[in-house]
Amino acid sequence: MNPNDDPFDPYVRLSGCSCGRHASQAVHDAESSARPIDTGNVEQVTRRTLEGAVMRAMFPNDGQRRRFLRAVGSGAALAAISQVVPFGMLEALAAEPAGPLEKTNLKIGYLPITCASPLLIAQQNGYFHDAGLQVELLKTPGWALVRDKTINRDFDAAQMLAPMPVSMSLGAGSNAAPTVAALMDNVNGSAITLAMRHKDRRDPAQWKGFRLAIPFDYSIHNFLLREYLAKHGLDPDRDVQLRVMAPPDMLANLAGGNLDGFIVAEPFNQRAVYEGIGFIHMLSVDMWRGHPCCTIAMESDFAKKQPNTYAALVRAMLRSAAYLNVAANRDAIVDTLTQQKFLNQPKIVVKQVLTGTYADGLGQVRSEPQRIGFQPFPWPSMAVWILAEMKRWNYIKGDVDYKQIAERVFRATDARAAMQKAGMHPPAEDMQDYEILGRKFDPKRPDAYIRAVSAKA
Amino acid sequence: MTSRNRSRMQSAALSLLIAGVLLAIWQFVTLPKPVKLPPGVSAEYAELMGQGKATKQGFPTPAQVTHTFVRELRNPFYDHGPNDKGIGLQLGYSLARVAGGFALAVIVALPLGFVIGMFQVLHRAFDPFIQILKPISPLAWMPIALYTLKDANVSAVFVIFICSVWPMLINTAFGVAGVRREWLNVAQTLEVKPMRKAFQVILPAAAPTILTGMRISMGIAWLVIVAAEMLVGGTGIGYYVWNEWNNLALPSMLFAISLIGLVGMLLDLSFARLQRAVTYAE
Repeated sequence: MNPNDDPFDPYVRLSGCSCGRHASQAVHDAESSARPIDTGNVEQVTRRTLEGAVMRAMFPNDGQRRRFLRAVGSGAALAAISQVVPFGMLEALAAEPAGPLEKTNLKIGYLPITCASPLLIAQQNGYFHDAGLQVELLKTPGWALVRDKTINRDFDAAQMLAPMPVSMSLGAGSNAAPTVAALMDNVNGSAITLAMRHKDRRDPAQWKGFRLAIPFDYSIHNFLLREYLAKHGLDPDRDVQLRVMAPPDMLANLAGGNLDGFIVAEPFNQRAVYEGIGFIHMLSVDMWRGHPCCTIAMESDFAKKQPNTYAALVRAMLRSAAYLNVAANRDAIVDTLTQQKFLNQPKIVVKQVLTGTYADGLGQVRSEPQRIGFQPFPWPSMAVWILAEMKRWNYIKGDVDYKQIAERVFRATDARAAMQKAGMHPPAEDMQDYEILGRKFDPKRPDAYIRAVSAKA
Repeated sequence: MTSRNRSRMQSAALSLLIAGVLLAIWQFVTLPKPVKLPPGVSAEYAELMGQGKATKQGFPTPAQVTHTFVRELRNPFYDHGPNDKGIGLQLGYSLARVAGGFALAVIVALPLGFVIGMFQVLHRAFDPFIQILKPISPLAWMPIALYTLKDANVSAVFVIFICSVWPMLINTAFGVAGVRREWLNVAQTLEVKPMRKAFQVILPAAAPTILTGMRISMGIAWLVIVAAEMLVGGTGIGYYVWNEWNNLALPSMLFAISLIGLVGMLLDLSFARLQRAVTYAE
């Protein structure tokens, strides 16, 4: 195929030798290169090459592709396929250089928790600036506000709990607003903290009647806590009270005896230990090693209409993730994060979160190097688990097209391309199995998982 | 004369003594206590718990609060990006929002109040709406405003507007309706044009009542802006309080609370001054 050819033209051939008309690839090459490639238009060549690759993948038999295009028309086909495959984004990521940014001044919302580290580091170290972006990071008092400000386009992008782009796209808990997660902000990095008076009640089976706080309904924390309670025979909707609360309010209520415990992102668990009002019962990494926590997300229109800006943002965030994963940078990272304008927390507290060597509140120093991680790849299989949990706890009803929603919301294809270009090693597949609270989760069979965990022990 | 002076001195001395005793009690009661560590913990554990330097949970001492006052007031106008600004700038943002919402309320409430006050029919027609809308907590409007206006800043201004419009409206209507009949009759006898009557007879006559309404509105607006800014974040004294709460930094919160009280008092005093300027003796 000549790179100038339009793969949405039913009269253009894509496959075969690769085209099917020639005896061998060599003959084909000789002939097709007889038609000079118009390299003047780099953008067009890139686009055609990409589109060709995608169309070949979708229609291994070229005859089928041409029949399909003749039947529906190339415009409709492009529109339909663009729903599934974001050509615009792929192009932006593949093109080198990226071309002019559609928008350079971005407002990005975040919450003052360690999950926001990639954003804060990108700002402090000038990664946004290097990518040609002028970013204003806006500290926000709550998740509902992050959601509303993103829907209102007050924010161009925002840090969101991993389930939020999914729930927003489905319209669970808000108006439906198609939202995508470009990258993971962090994995792990949360914990269950209990009030000091419960230090001898470590078995969740004894937690009947507890008042526990969660950061948001659509949070990985809510789902992990629910699974954890259910695993130990408690019904999270009947046997305990789950309350949505902002992290500092959790601490104050824990100290006041108004709460029995909470599950929340760091550094608030460590802060509770530091303040002497609670102890860390369990790190979230011990519930699901490598669980998704926060994402960097935005309205899907942002990604579609501003592919170059999207790519620049992703590039900056990947640099941040790489920097955060180098242990030698820890001290500098702690200094950056604890500033008043960012997390506004004591250094010793944030340091314990990042190094994973921490006081548990009960007199032991524990070590968990993976207490928080900065793995950026947005696995769609994680979104499948989130969907399964939303279904299990009745946040959504009816049949769910897990795979389709997961892949539409968690932008694995773009992330993979960007990571490859950044010299990172992204996984080749979109789905992987997990072990969550001792039970296997197969993203190909989420309904079977729901049945298995729901079965009475 | 000298005995009166002496008694004044005594009162002042007693006031100072009371303040001193209160401060001493405050200091004593809130002396920082280190967190009790479980027995037999390692030195590393103690270090991770910040032993030796950290002051733990509990109410801050007067010394800590004073320290915060000095630190914040030494440089009130610094600007370290969108999330870290000096207290002077934060107050400025809050005052600007209040001024915006308040000005809008004046623009709406004064003419409307005038008309309602002058015509009994309109008064009866508008009354049910005013009575229903008036008692709604301004903060209840916040999510609705955020959702429809789609801008946090505009929403905050709107909330100030909606909370300050009612006292002004009601007081203006009340003041205008209460202008003495004789004065209106005199104006009518002299065939004064309606506009002139409004501005030269009714307005001066109703001004004290109108300003009372404004004073009440300003008081409410200042109460509400702090809560509104705690909800939407970004800038302002309310955001400052929230940000410090996020770090459980009580001294800074006490500092901000005192400042909120002080500014509120100054606003109230300035309206009291205005009120006195337009008051007349009959």
